[in-house]
Amino acid sequence: MKRPLGYLVVGLAATLTLTACSGGADEPAGEDGALSATGPITIWYSNNEQEVAWGEQVVAAWNTENPDEKVTAEEIPAGKSSEEVIGAAIAAGNAPCLIYNTAPAAVADFQAQGGLVDLAQFEDGASYIETRSGDSATQFTSSDGGYYQLPWKANPVVVFYNKAVFAEAGLDPENPELATFDDFISTSKAIVDSGAADYGIYPAPSSEFYQSWFDFYPIFAAESQGNQLIEDGEATFMNEAGLATMEFWQTMYTEKLAGQEPYTGDSFTDGVAAMAIAGPWAVASYEGKVDWGTVPVPTSEGTSPEDTYTFDDAKNIGMYTACENQGTAWEFLKYSTSEEQDGLFLEMTGQIPLRADVATAYAEFFDANPAFASWAAQAQHTVAVPNTLNSTEIWQTFRDAWSSAIIFGTGDPTETMQAAADEINSLATD
Amino acid sequence: MLLSAPYALFLVAVFVYPLGLGAWIAFHKYSFAAPNAQVDRPFVGFDNFARVLQDPDVIASFKHVGIFLVINVPLTIALALLLATALNSAIKGVTFFRVAYYVPYVTASVATVTVWLFMFSENGVVNSLLGDLAPDPSWLTNSTWAMPMIALYVTWKQLGFFILLYLAALQNVSKELYEAAKTDGANWWQSFRAVTWPGVLPATSLVAMLAIITGANLFTEPYLLTNGGGPNGASTTPVLLIYQQAIQQNHPDRASAIGIFLVIGVLLLAWISRRMTEED
Repeated sequence: MKRPLGYLVVGLAATLTLTACSGGADEPAGEDGALSATGPITIWYSNNEQEVAWGEQVVAAWNTENPDEKVTAEEIPAGKSSEEVIGAAIAAGNAPCLIYNTAPAAVADFQAQGGLVDLAQFEDGASYIETRSGDSATQFTSSDGGYYQLPWKANPVVVFYNKAVFAEAGLDPENPELATFDDFISTSKAIVDSGAADYGIYPAPSSEFYQSWFDFYPIFAAESQGNQLIEDGEATFMNEAGLATMEFWQTMYTEKLAGQEPYTGDSFTDGVAAMAIAGPWAVASYEGKVDWGTVPVPTSEGTSPEDTYTFDDAKNIGMYTACENQGTAWEFLKYSTSEEQDGLFLEMTGQIPLRADVATAYAEFFDANPAFASWAAQAQHTVAVPNTLNSTEIWQTFRDAWSSAIIFGTGDPTETMQAAADEINSLATD
Repeated sequence: MLLSAPYALFLVAVFVYPLGLGAWIAFHKYSFAAPNAQVDRPFVGFDNFARVLQDPDVIASFKHVGIFLVINVPLTIALALLLATALNSAIKGVTFFRVAYYVPYVTASVATVTVWLFMFSENGVVNSLLGDLAPDPSWLTNSTWAMPMIALYVTWKQLGFFILLYLAALQNVSKELYEAAKTDGANWWQSFRAVTWPGVLPATSLVAMLAIITGANLFTEPYLLTNGGGPNGASTTPVLLIYQQAIQQNHPDRASAIGIFLVIGVLLLAWISRRMTEED
């Protein structure tokens, strides 16, 4: 019997011709009127329980005051990461007006996709952002000088430790010795040797591009006194601070003080690890499960808490070009990031609004919650992910090299990381 | 012609058009963009193909899937045929065994993967039994063992379906042939070689082809079992890379080039397998 290969080839050729004729017929956006258009809008917010509660109340309050410009709020659809979901929505042309979960790492790519509105186009756009967030707003400007995101909230990453585990290991739970790399390693050893926990710390050892934000990046930020992964188009991590950070984590893995196997669950709340690197958002999930304390991330020499830099783990708000009523979206954006709503956000979620006046505007809250006061202070010493094109690919390149050289100790770590730095340099200028 | 038109249209819509579009994308510098965005998508010839061929991760992913197929396909054929032959004979509790083999196939991968994660984790039941003989790092985080473990998992998970195919084929093997073989003094093995194997050869061809096609398109299992192709990329597959390049990194052009290589590879393997197992 003859195989229908010939038919397949003919079919493919015909389809190729058809698709070639239909491809690439893009038209420029005609959205001048959209900036001032008003009417109903849709927003997405995170599916974090506390953020949902905050989102529901702000939408209800707005809708009561603005019945003609109704806001419909939905949780961001499920996906492996918000970035994938948002990227797909941009391409499909069905992104909502505002997304309260836009990762700064993805902004340059979303911008290149034509998916984001430059907020500086609004008359009071740039001034509103710069007045609200102060100097830290500059980290979020795009290469063309525009604001394709409103800096919204930070979760300055710190080390959480389990006081009960520390006590069981014979360590002082109120004054843990975790300031320097050596301290951190010897404390971890004491915990593991005592059997109080299986590991000192257990950052996810998996290969997702964003995992380096919770092992390498905060410590590199602290050790380098505020370096981003890329500065002026060049990878920065092959400097003294980067190498010291690598050596620290390498020791943690080779001495089996950090786990190499992905953990199904939360190793910190399960008591498998004595410490975790996380931001204030994690407090709600630790409530009632762990008696926790926090310290800044360690450095080689030890840095005073008020001078310790860390990763900001910020999430911002993006306005998407699929939005027809951008005038309403901008007004709602300002309403939801007003001093009053930021205060409610802080109280309801424990996350720090990216406001220049955060410490003074909510002094009462910080007096009542001293741990949050230290995080608010640290929010002034945070490092964001670089606002660059190919960000996901750059972080994936870094993660692959990190996984190979540091977590699994394959090959020469300096060579592997240098190769990653070279590739990142090329991606940053691609 | 008229009666087959709906299916032909369906085939064009869900298979020919996407495949053609994928091939078109592979020959252009293409990225996903908002519908009204002005994006330049120039023709780049074979650039995307050359780029993916120079990418060591892509080459490694094809090697990984090769390892998978070398373990999975023969093991699937051997075990499915063996168990189907056993189930085809009059043994006690045949219904129980049929259900037992079929249950993993109809159970959601997420559920069965979780069981395997617990079984083969560092402190899992398998390592507890093996003691000092357990590999370090443990099975699914060990770069040597990760891909064979995925192959074993998939073999176990899909075995029920292939057993059913063989059972159906065995029902069609004439009993007279077995009786004739017995009369000629053939033992079990001789009877299997002379009667059973030729009798189920068309089914073997189908099993091999299905196992190759599903195996080459491996995604869910490394995505869940080894956390997206870990450890350290030791269980990445071409489809995982397609997902990573197209969805995570917005390079559908390179992803399409990988896809084209995969389609060609699968067609080639399926053709070889058919040549090896089909009757003259």
